[in-house]
This record gives sequence, structure tokens and C-alpha cells, in this order.
Amino acid sequence: MRIGVFICKCGTNIANTVDTEAVARKALEYPDVVYATDYMYTCSEPGQEEIREAIIKNRLQGVVVAACTPHMHEPTFRRAVEKAGLNRYMFEQANIREHVSWVNKDRESNTIKAMDLVHMAVEKLRLNQPLFSSKVPINKRVLVIGGGIAGIQAAMDCSDGGLDVVMVERETTIGGKMAKLDKTFPTIDCSSCILGPKMVDISQKENISLHAYSEIESVSGYIGNFEVKIRKKATYVDWNACTGCGECTQKCPSKKTYDKFNEGLGSTTAINIPFPQAIPKRARINAESCLYLTKGKCKKCEKVCPADAIRFDMEDEIITEDVGAIVVATGYDMFDYSVYGEYGGGRYPDVITSLQYERILSASGPYGGHIVRPSDGKEPRNIVFLSCVGSRDASVGRPYCSGVCCMYIAKQAIITRDHLPDCNCYVSYMDIRSPGKNYDEFIRRAQEEYGINYIRGRVGKIYPKDDRLIVQGVDTLMGVQMDIEADLVVLATGLEASEGARELAEKLRISYDQYGWYMESHPKLRPVETNTAGVYLAGVCQGPKDIPASVAQGSAAAAKVQILFSRDTIETDPQVALVNERVCISCGKCIEVCPFGAIQWKTLRDGSQKAEVLPTVCQGCGLCNATCPPKAVQLQHCTDDQILAEVNAVCE
Amino acid sequence: MNKKRDMMISETGTQREKEIKIIGFLCNWCSYGGADTAGVCRFKQPTDLRIIRIPCTGRMDPLFVVKSLIYGADGVLVSGCHPKDCHYAVGNLYARRRMELLKRFLPFIGIDTNRFRYTWVSASEGQLWQQVVTEFSEEIHRLGPNAGLNEKMDAETALSLFNTK
Repeated sequence: MRIGVFICKCGTNIANTVDTEAVARKALEYPDVVYATDYMYTCSEPGQEEIREAIIKNRLQGVVVAACTPHMHEPTFRRAVEKAGLNRYMFEQANIREHVSWVNKDRESNTIKAMDLVHMAVEKLRLNQPLFSSKVPINKRVLVIGGGIAGIQAAMDCSDGGLDVVMVERETTIGGKMAKLDKTFPTIDCSSCILGPKMVDISQKENISLHAYSEIESVSGYIGNFEVKIRKKATYVDWNACTGCGECTQKCPSKKTYDKFNEGLGSTTAINIPFPQAIPKRARINAESCLYLTKGKCKKCEKVCPADAIRFDMEDEIITEDVGAIVVATGYDMFDYSVYGEYGGGRYPDVITSLQYERILSASGPYGGHIVRPSDGKEPRNIVFLSCVGSRDASVGRPYCSGVCCMYIAKQAIITRDHLPDCNCYVSYMDIRSPGKNYDEFIRRAQEEYGINYIRGRVGKIYPKDDRLIVQGVDTLMGVQMDIEADLVVLATGLEASEGARELAEKLRISYDQYGWYMESHPKLRPVETNTAGVYLAGVCQGPKDIPASVAQGSAAAAKVQILFSRDTIETDPQVALVNERVCISCGKCIEVCPFGAIQWKTLRDGSQKAEVLPTVCQGCGLCNATCPPKAVQLQHCTDDQILAEVNAVCE
Repeated sequence: MNKKRDMMISETGTQREKEIKIIGFLCNWCSYGGADTAGVCRFKQPTDLRIIRIPCTGRMDPLFVVKSLIYGADGVLVSGCHPKDCHYAVGNLYARRRMELLKRFLPFIGIDTNRFRYTWVSASEGQLWQQVVTEFSEEIHRLGPNAGLNEKMDAETALSLFNTK
């Protein structure tokens, strides 16, 4: 084989701490290497051109590029060698940037390490064989997990593009957190007025099938052909019969049920429709508080239901949907305000979360949009808003900024002053973060036009005095202690990963970070893709963001799905396992271990049975290769010989 | 065995302490990405490690570890996705069993178990990767170069291999 080696300087990224010229010179000593050079930016157009020219001029049969991580530019260089007439798999990349030049400054050690990595790549390349992709059809249906604004946007854009959409929502209604909001910043648009029509669209589109009150049970398959099992949780109401008239909710005697939609402000009935604009507008019985399901007596709802929709014997049902792509838009939960014991969240009824306050402000909320205290129903005269409750605080494991709190505090304070002009609003903040179109202007309006008092500092303690709360802290700009007598305290709780986010990630085989936010494929250039092909992200599940950004990401994810579905077939990765029938001893171990069912028995002409890999099903994990006793199964492009050749190159 | 190493050192022209060579087998989806993340964040690490990219730790034949140590590597590090978070669903669970068994086996061929370590690092855990590499490199430096299988060992040393945790 005639091999060419190209060492990238990556500007100064590599050249600063690696002697690329010496590495190139050294490479010429390795077996089969007939050409070696270093170049300023190998990934640039002229850099790729140089590779192509060198291939033709030196009749190269394989190429090694030592540059950044293959996760970044392996596809780029494979295309480059393909353009020069080589098979795209006659290429190896040595990672001398992320694994060498960026992690140590010792030029000499780095240079030796880079030489070793190039040597390993050369030895591996010498055993490479040309590989060819095959094609499998794409199932052009998309699954959207989560019916919040990001999921709704993604589903609508896919549906408008003519795709069949399956939407799965954990709650009984779509709408997510946005449905609970009263208004949105910085325009003070009515949240349900802009979200409502979109929710209705979802229910009316013929190519969207909505599974509400359902969760993902398991996901198998791969890009283009996923098989998803969905658990439809028992609602005890036949949703095909239920009309959403609400008769049952009037008569249900179990009225002390936790009201999840209203964030626990007030209570609701055991059979319940979360809010009037719910989609689908269907009742569900809460099995934990239903008198019949807990004590065996009542059945009031069954008697009053005009549609005969109540089914007390209903059980969870598992259904299967086949899709070609998945958009994950599972959103977030609010930080638990009781973690800060000094604020008294959970102990004092008038210390509430921002989302609870949002429900108080909302006309569809428990108090009909009148601003009153939960404890005694009186109008507050002083309200204190506390920022960064569960944001930017490493001591509670939340060192990140939630990104939206500064803005929603300003919004809530402005609405408060609109409703109750005599109510004083105080905002205790660490810093004000308002990057975004018209965002900082909005904060200025809150301060200047609406006269909201912004106090920089941190609150140390909140304690009750008579029927009020004393908010004690420090004003760091004035350098004085701050004591405010408040009627109501709103804690601006931060955003955290949705409950069950990690378990779902494990089912989808996508990565998440230490806080449970899903990991995008590249933080800048691939913000909605994941490392699992065919699975895309939208909204806050990827990290805190506001509504405009969630909507943008929802559309972006939909665009990625449309790109994938614009073709009828998908090229499979040919780096799959292959059985050498002459070596196979027919033990069947590979068939047992394969997680994808990609290996099956094949009967030869002499009647003997041998293992056979289905190349379009094989995902190339190599588990069979490691398991096979006589090593008859080899993972192409990562064979035992190749791995040991790399080992040898290091140890030689 | 260390000819190439010495040669390179003379080429760059200075006298320096011999480098220890550690081979890392990293799964493509989690730990290789974690090592990339560590690089992007410029988390400083010792230079002894040479990484071999494999698709999944399930691809790891325990023989790769044994052969590496026999051929003259001073340490071997295997790293993959956290259990339950495998890109291929179960590969790392097979790897965990195989690696655990291998650990028990190494003393029988006279290899110090401390020269081999397996760990789980996800693609977002750059800092953890820095910590793993730094600690393991220190450990191998403490053990010194690997004499391979040729070393004549007294009974006491041989027995002590079985007492390591």
C-alpha cells in the first residue's frame, strides 16, 4: 500500500505545542508511507485540494490525516479522499489536537505522542479494506416526545411539510409549561392566546396522532426505522366517548385532590380536566384520590356522565409505533424551593414559586386572575421577588444560570403594578441578565416606567411577623441592611431537568450532562442533533432557554427531520461485522449477545449452519467480535488485527 | 522493546526521563468524546496516554489488555459509557463483567493488577477524564516501567500481586 500522511498545524492550535514538521519527517520512516507533509489548515479547501493532488501525483492508496478529533472532520476528509478516487474508508485520522496539543504544553512530549498516534493510524490503515454502503428505506413518520411549545412547534412544522407525526405527552393535556403562564415577556402577549390556536391545530391536523397521558416504554431500532413502545396510562375514562363536558367534575365529591396544573394552589376534584383550553379536552380520574378506586364506594361520575365514558376497570395499554426519526422536547421542571430552608418555601403559605404566582395572575387560575395571598385571600401591598433561587449557586448543585428568571420577574412585577397600582414591588437580584431582542429595554421599563424597586444583594432570611413576612438581606449597592415587610414573597425558582429525563435518555441512547440536560452533538454547530443518528432535541430539555429560543429549536429540529426524510433511502454505515464461514464453529454465541438481532443462522449447501450478519441491521458495536471464541466474526474497519497493530505501534 | 522511544528522544536532541506508555481503549460515543471535551476545555493532562478508539467497550477482548501489557505497555486504561447509558444498549455491561474477571486473572501471569484500570466517563465529563488520566498516570509512574513477563520474581513478590485491591 502507498500511504500519504498529512499533519495539520490547525493554525497555531497544534503547531504551537507540536513540532508538526518533525512529525511529518518521522512519518516517512513508517512502513508503506511514501509521502508526508504538514499544512496550515488541512480541512480548508486548499488543504483538501492538496490531499487530492498528492493522492493523484503519488498514486496514494491510503491517507492518514493527523489533526483534530475525528468526531469533527472525519466526514470532511473521507469526502476529500473519495473525490480523488479512493474508497472513503481508506482513511484514518489521528487526533493530535484534542488529545495532544490542547491538553499539555510540553512541546517535546507532545511531539513524541503525536508521532506515536500517527504511527498507530498508519499501522491501522495498512490493514484497511475498501467498504461499500448499502441502502435501507426510511419510514417517513416522526415521533415527537413532549407536547410543550417546542414539541408543538416541531410537530406542526413536520405536519405542515406533509409528514405523519406521532406526539406523546406525559400529562393529560399538551401545552406544557407555557400553558400555565399568564403573559410572556417582553411583549406581554397573553400566553394562552398565542399558544391556544397552536394546540387546537395539533388536535385537528389529520396527520398528527396525539397520545396524551402516555409515556415512552422502550425504543429499539435505528435511524430511519425506530420501533417505539408507548405506555398509554389508564385514565379510567374512555376518551373516545368522553366529550369533555365537565359534568363529572361538578359532581365528584373528592374535592381535595392536589391540583397539579395550578401548582398546588387550591385543590381540585379526583376526576378532572386540567383547564378549559386543554387539548385533548378529556377527563381523567386520579386513582389516588378517587373514592371508588381507593375505598370501593361512590361511582358518582359514572351516574352523571351523559356519554357513559367512565371505565373503572381500565388498565395501562402498550402500543407500538414505527417511526423514522425522533424529536425529544421534554422540557423542564422547577427547582424545589424548599431546599433553601431560610426562605421558608413550603412552610409559609405566602412564600410561593414564580410558577405559582403565574397561576395567581392567570384569569384561568385558582383566584380568577385577582392578585391575592394564598393564606388569607387579601390583596398584597408589598411583594418581594427573589432572583436566583436554584440558579448560579454551586452550594445547591445548580451553578448554571436559568436564563429566564430575570425577565419573568420583570414581567410579573409589571403585571402586578398594572393590576394593583398601589402595590409596591421589590426585586432582590444578584445581577440582571437580559440579553435578547428588546429584553434590556423591558427591564428598564420595569424600573423607570413602572417604578419597580430593584435592590442588588442577597436575601439571608425570611420570617413571619404578625400576618406579614420580614425579608431580611443586604443591599450591596447602598451597603446597608435591608428589611422589607412583605405580604407576599415570590421565589424565582430556576429550571432543572425534567423528572425522568435521565431514564428517557437511557431508552433513547442519548447522552446527558451532570444536571440531566440532554447533550447536543456539537455545542455550536450541531445544536439540535444528538450523537444518536435520527434523534433530535428541541426546547429546554437541552438546556435552559426562553420561549423564542425553544420555538426556534423546535423548527430547527423539524427542519433536520425534513432533511433526513427528503431522501427515500439512507446509506448504512458499512463498518459492520462480517462472519468468516470457514472459521465459524456454529456455537451461536454471537447470535445470543447481539443487542440488535442482527445475526442469524444461515444454512450452507452441505446442510451445516453458520452465523450470518445482516449488514443493514448491524450497528457495528463489535460485541460479537469480542465474544466469538474462534474470532470468526470480525468487525470490519476495527478488526482484532487492526487493534493489535495499533497496540504494537505504541509498544514497538 | 524501548528502542523506538530512545531513538525519538535522541532525535529531538535532549536527555529526558523515559516516558511511561499507557494505552487507552476508549469507546467512541462516551469516553472518546469525554477526552475530546477535556481537550476543548484545555484540561491539562500528562502525555503518557495513547488512545485507541473502539466503537464500544463491548468490543474489548480482554486479550487486548493482556497483549498490550505483554508487548510492553506500562499501563492499560479502558473507558466507556456509564452502565445503562451505552450507545448500543448493553455493550458496557458485557465489558464490565469481562474486565472484572480479567482483573482477577492478571496476577496469575505475573502482572500487577494496578497496571490495568477500567472506568466510565461520559462525553460531557471532561473534568472527570482529566482526573482519571492524571491519577492513572501517577499510579503507573509510581509502579515504574513494565518489565513484562520476563521478570524473575521471588515468591513473596508474586504472592503480593494477589493482595492488591
